[in-house]
Amino acid sequence: MVKNRYVNLLNEDQMIEIRWHGRGGQGVVTVSDIMARSIIMGGKYAQHFPEFGPERSGAPVKAFTRISDEPIEIHSGVYNPDIVVIIDEGMSKNFNLYIQGLKENGLLFLNLGDMRDQIKQNLPKNVRVYVVNAKKISYEEAGKPIFNIPMLGGLVKVLRMPDLNTIEEVLSRRFPSELFEVNIRILRRAYEEVESIG
Amino acid sequence: MSKLEYVRKMALMGDEAVAYAVKQADVDVIAAYPITPQTIIVERLSKYVADGELNASFIQAESEHSALSICIGSALAGARTFTSTASQGLALMHEVLYIASSMRAPIVMAIANRALNSPLNIHCDHSDIMGARDTGWIHLFANNVQQAYDLTLMAFKISEDPDLLIPVSVNLDGFILTHSIEPLEVLLDEEVHQFIPHEPYPHEIDFGNPLAYGVMALPDTYMEFKRQFQEAMLKVPEVFHKTTREFYTISGRTYKSLTSYFTEDAEAVVIALGSTVETLKYVARKFREKNIKVGVLGLTMYRPFPEKEIVKVLENVRCIAVLDRAYSYGGVGGPLYTDILASLYKNGMKPIVADFVYGLGGRDFKLTDSEEIFRKMMKAIECNGFERDIYWWGVKE
Repeated sequence: MVKNRYVNLLNEDQMIEIRWHGRGGQGVVTVSDIMARSIIMGGKYAQHFPEFGPERSGAPVKAFTRISDEPIEIHSGVYNPDIVVIIDEGMSKNFNLYIQGLKENGLLFLNLGDMRDQIKQNLPKNVRVYVVNAKKISYEEAGKPIFNIPMLGGLVKVLRMPDLNTIEEVLSRRFPSELFEVNIRILRRAYEEVESIG
Repeated sequence: MSKLEYVRKMALMGDEAVAYAVKQADVDVIAAYPITPQTIIVERLSKYVADGELNASFIQAESEHSALSICIGSALAGARTFTSTASQGLALMHEVLYIASSMRAPIVMAIANRALNSPLNIHCDHSDIMGARDTGWIHLFANNVQQAYDLTLMAFKISEDPDLLIPVSVNLDGFILTHSIEPLEVLLDEEVHQFIPHEPYPHEIDFGNPLAYGVMALPDTYMEFKRQFQEAMLKVPEVFHKTTREFYTISGRTYKSLTSYFTEDAEAVVIALGSTVETLKYVARKFREKNIKVGVLGLTMYRPFPEKEIVKVLENVRCIAVLDRAYSYGGVGGPLYTDILASLYKNGMKPIVADFVYGLGGRDFKLTDSEEIFRKMMKAIECNGFERDIYWWGVKE
């Protein structure tokens, strides 16, 4: 039972629904895609689908992942996610705009460097909040902003699936070797550094 | 997971799964013009050809009209032929669709079902395929990514059957299936080659032995051509069942012209096409847990229309909701609705029926939508009728 063991959320269906937020160009769709492929290659059921609006660089973008022990039959949108991951830092600061429908006792992942203390004052009740300093990690490891993979690293740590080796295999098929190495370093570091703040 | 399971198990988008099936089918010619949400299919195929993984001619035509025209030539020359399109692209092919079927060109076409302009919309509905309904093609509908893969493989075998030589469309819901990643189990290349070996086309174009193709037929003979085509269509169910049986022996996956869930003792049945069937199945199971007798009927084969099988499933059903993701403007109702009504009337059945026009231009069909429709049906049984015959479901009024 994926849910009870790993997330312990209240849901009559043993299914985890994740909603990813970010901006066009930040790899929002890519990270949900990688998550789903890794879960499936790890032997569970998953489904990924993007929300297609106008595809413009910088515009807010959403993607969705479903995870289950059973085959997934639902082919409609996610309205009450168990988990919200916000990839963009600016959007993370304004997280209140992006958590509509998030289930009680759900998980919220934010990309934050500074402002943690300010955010702490205003955290939503009955939601567990985790932060990843994606900017620091990606600049130190890659010298440029890569925000989606660090957020994946943080999520995987808390969710305890899929295992990092499976993600590495999926990433290796997707990226040329140099980019692959960088992404793995970022993934593993974020996995270690993700913090719970409430 | 054992090593073999690992080889068979994949995580693919619907478009990728179709492209993978086409590669395994070892096609000879792909002629296409890119259009969302089908583009990934031809992108992947073009890459397979460029990387030397598939030995085929990939022809990017200047339009869909030309793409399908190329396919006719290639199929009649005996080459295994594939194309793919959606929406406006299928509309632009329209006149060539009739030529492909009536010249008995075995072509497989994936259609990433999408709304038609205007207003401009790239999302899912079935207006494209319904416009091509009566063009003499066999139309199959996938409910999920696995089915998109499986039906593509089976489409080659059905289309190329010497008793048929009829083109087949494999329909998958735009974005909902084309761009969704789902797990699927694939066949090994050897298994596919065994399932659909390359057989020679019975009267392929041969410059040493010229024949006439696509001739003119005047009023004294034209009708006989059309009657012969209908006779060929009547053979489709038998070939379809033969193909699905053989497919079962290599894959373990069962296919019928219909997919029915919980219909045996159902009082109310919802009928639909495409990915919505699975969403309905999920909700129907919840109702069944509460002992409410609802069922779901999906059509895997839409043309030829499996009238006899449908009527059999609906024999003791009191209430029917037909879900149409397209409409016949100014007509009696949606295309599936009128097909069902006609089948019921022909067989002397008179259950309560209503049409639910839904999901046009990609409007999401939520779990709560199917729940409400099931509830409406229960109420219709109590009141011995729906409040109206046609609902525009979820429209803002």
